[in-house]
Amino acid sequence: MSKRFNRRSRRAVIPLAVVCALLAGAALTGCGRQRDGSVYTVLNSSTDETYHRWDAEAMARCGERLGVTVEQQSVPAAQVMTKALRMASSKSLPDIVQFDASEMPVFAEAGGLTDLRTLGLDTDGVPRGIVNFGSYKGTYYGAARSVNTLALFYNKDLLHQAGLKVPTTWAELRETARKLTRGKRYGLALSAGGAEDGVFQFTPFMWSNGGDETRLDGPRVVEALDYWKGLLKDGSLSKSTVGWTQADVNDQFMAGNAAMMINGPWQVETLNTEKSLHWGIARIPVPRPGAKSVAPLGGAVLTVPDTGDERRERMAGKIVGCLTSEREQLTYARHSWTVPANEKAAAVWRGQVPQLDALADQVAAARSRTARLGAGWPAVSLALQSAFQAALTGQSSQAALQRAQQRATSGN
Amino acid sequence: MTTPTVTARGAAPTAGVPAATRPRHRRPLAQWGFVAPAVLFMLLFFGYPLVRNVVMSFQHYTPKTFFTGEAPLNGFDNWSAVFRDALFGKALWHTLVFTAGSLLGQFCAGLALAVFFTRRFPLNGVLRSLILLPWLVPMVVSGIVWRRILDQDTGVLNSFLDVIGLDGHTPWLTSPHMALLSVILVNIWIGIPFNMVILYGGLQEVPRELYEAAALDGASGWRTFRSVTLPTLRPVITVVLVLGFMSTVKILDLILALTDGGPADATQTLGTLTYQNSFVRLDFGAGAVVGNVLILISAVFAVFYLRANRTEGK
Repeated sequence: MSKRFNRRSRRAVIPLAVVCALLAGAALTGCGRQRDGSVYTVLNSSTDETYHRWDAEAMARCGERLGVTVEQQSVPAAQVMTKALRMASSKSLPDIVQFDASEMPVFAEAGGLTDLRTLGLDTDGVPRGIVNFGSYKGTYYGAARSVNTLALFYNKDLLHQAGLKVPTTWAELRETARKLTRGKRYGLALSAGGAEDGVFQFTPFMWSNGGDETRLDGPRVVEALDYWKGLLKDGSLSKSTVGWTQADVNDQFMAGNAAMMINGPWQVETLNTEKSLHWGIARIPVPRPGAKSVAPLGGAVLTVPDTGDERRERMAGKIVGCLTSEREQLTYARHSWTVPANEKAAAVWRGQVPQLDALADQVAAARSRTARLGAGWPAVSLALQSAFQAALTGQSSQAALQRAQQRATSGN
Repeated sequence: MTTPTVTARGAAPTAGVPAATRPRHRRPLAQWGFVAPAVLFMLLFFGYPLVRNVVMSFQHYTPKTFFTGEAPLNGFDNWSAVFRDALFGKALWHTLVFTAGSLLGQFCAGLALAVFFTRRFPLNGVLRSLILLPWLVPMVVSGIVWRRILDQDTGVLNSFLDVIGLDGHTPWLTSPHMALLSVILVNIWIGIPFNMVILYGGLQEVPRELYEAAALDGASGWRTFRSVTLPTLRPVITVVLVLGFMSTVKILDLILALTDGGPADATQTLGTLTYQNSFVRLDFGAGAVVGNVLILISAVFAVFYLRANRTEGK
C-alpha cells in the first residue's frame, strides 16, 4: 500500500515542481516588469462591463490622438485607495488614478499627487464648484469628466392619480409622502445605510437647512435628522431604510414599493429598463419656501500620481486633458447619465437629455463633501453614519449627534 | 496503531542501508534540511506578519507612510486611543456574544443531526448531502441572500410568518436590538454542516460493542448517549469547537454583507472594527491594535486547547 503510494507520489513530484517553478517565475516577472515606454496605465473602478467598455473606447481614442497606448486596470471602488497606496509603497504607481472625489484629499494629503496646472491643464470653462471638487488646499489635483448629485425621483402616475403636485418644501414632501403611503407602498424611499451611501443622502437635508459637517451637534443638523425621524414616524419611510444602499432604494422604487425616492442619475440606465414606469425628476425639497437646495457633488476625478518621472507625468497630463475634453465629457456623460463638468458641454448636454434638466440646476449649486474637512472627511462620515442610524432606530437626534461630534473630534 | 509499523517496514530497505555507510555527522544536517522548509515557511508567512502587526500598533502609520516609508513610533498612543473609544468595548462584547452564541447553536444542531443520521433509514445519504449545501455556498453569497430573506417589508421570512398567521413585522436586521441575534442565527445556519460532518465522522468511530454492552446493562437512550457517545466523542468535540472558534471569532465577511456593522454599530465586532480602522479611516496603527487583541484572544484559547490535548495524551 505505502510502496505504491510512494511511487505514484514521486511520479507526481516532477510535473508539480515544474508547475510551481513556472508559476513562481510568472509571478516574479509580473512584479519586476519594466514599464513599456509608450504604454500608459489608468487605475479606475470601472468593473461594470458597460463602464469598462466606455472607458476602453475613450482611452483608445485619446491614445490614438496622442500616439500612445492607454490601458486600464479596474478594481472595485472600495479598493482603489488601498491598491494605490500599496502601489505607492512598491514604487509601481500607474500613470493615472481615478479616485472618487471624496477620497482624493487623503491621497493628496499623503503627498502622492501632481498639481494638474503644472502639467498644462487649465480650468477654463469649469464652474468654480467643480474646480474645488477636484482641489485640495487650493491645489487642483483632480479633473472631473462628469459629476452627479442627488435629486427627488417621483412616480408620475401615482402622483397624478392622487392629484398631488411635486413637493418643493419639507412640509410638502412630508405631506405628499404621507398621502402616497398606502398598503405595502411607502411614500418615499431613501438610503440611511451604514456606509458612505447614507451620508451622501443625508447631506442635502443637512446643508439645505444650514447645517455643517464641522459641527455635527449644531441645531441645524439636529433639525435635519429630526425631519428624517418624522418621515419614519409617519410611516412614510420603511423601517428598512437603515439597511438600504442607494441601489436597494432604486429597486424599491422600480418595484412600486415607493412612490418617490432620493437617488442619483446613475440609476437612470436601470430605471429605463422598466418601460411601464413613468418617472420624473425634481430638486430635493428645501426646509422653507425660497431656501436654496444644496445637494452633494459626487463623481470621480482623474489624477496624476507623483511618480518622479516628469516625461511620463506630462504625457499623463495630456491624456487626462483629452479624456476631460468637451467631446469626451459629453460622450461619457451621455453614457453614464451624469452631468458634464465643463459649462459649455453641460449646456449642450441639457439640450440632448432634457428629462434630466432639473439635475443640471442642482449640480450648479451642489457642494463637495470634502471642501471643509479634506482628509478628515472619512472619520466624520463614520461618526455621522452611526449617529443617524442610532437616531432612526429610537435614540434622540441630539444625543446621537453629540456623541458623533465627540467621536469625530477625538480622532476615533 | 498499524500505521507506524507499515511506514517503518516500507522505509527500512531504502533508508537503512546507506545510513550505515554514510559518515555520522551528516545525519543532523540532513534532518535540518528536512525541517528547514517548514521553519522557513512559518517564519515568512506567520512570524513576519505577526511581528509586523505588533510593531505597527506602536507606530503612527498613515497613508503618508506608504510614500515616505516612515512610521514614527508613538508609544501607547494607538492603544490608549482604541481602548478609550466606546466602540471598542461594544465590539469586544459583540464578538464574544457572537462567538459563544454561534458555537453553541452550531454545535447542538450539528450534534443532533449527526446522531440522527447514524440511524438507517431511506434517503439518509441524500438528505445528508443536501444539508452540506450551506457549507458550499460562498459566505458573501449567503450574506446577500439572507439580507433579502430577512428584509422587514419584502423579505421571504416575514411574508411566511404573515401567511401562517404570525405578525410578520420583525425588524430582523434593522433594529439594533435584533440585528446581532439575526446575524448569529445566519452564522449558525452556515456552521451546522461543518459540525455535523465532523461529528458524524466521530460517531462512526464509536465501537459497536460499547452500545451493545450498554444495551445489555439496560441503559436508556439518554444514558447511553451521556455515558458512551459523549466520552468517546470528546477528542472530536474539542477539534470541532476549536476550529469553530477560530473561524467565528474573526468574522468579517458575513457581517459586512448582512449589516455592514450597523444599524448604529449594533453588529460591530473586532473584525469589522479592524477593517473600519485600517481600510476606511486608513489609520493602520489603530487597526493593528484591534487585530492584535483578536490574535491575543485566539492565543489564549490555543493555550487552553494545547493543554487539554496534552492531558488527553497522557
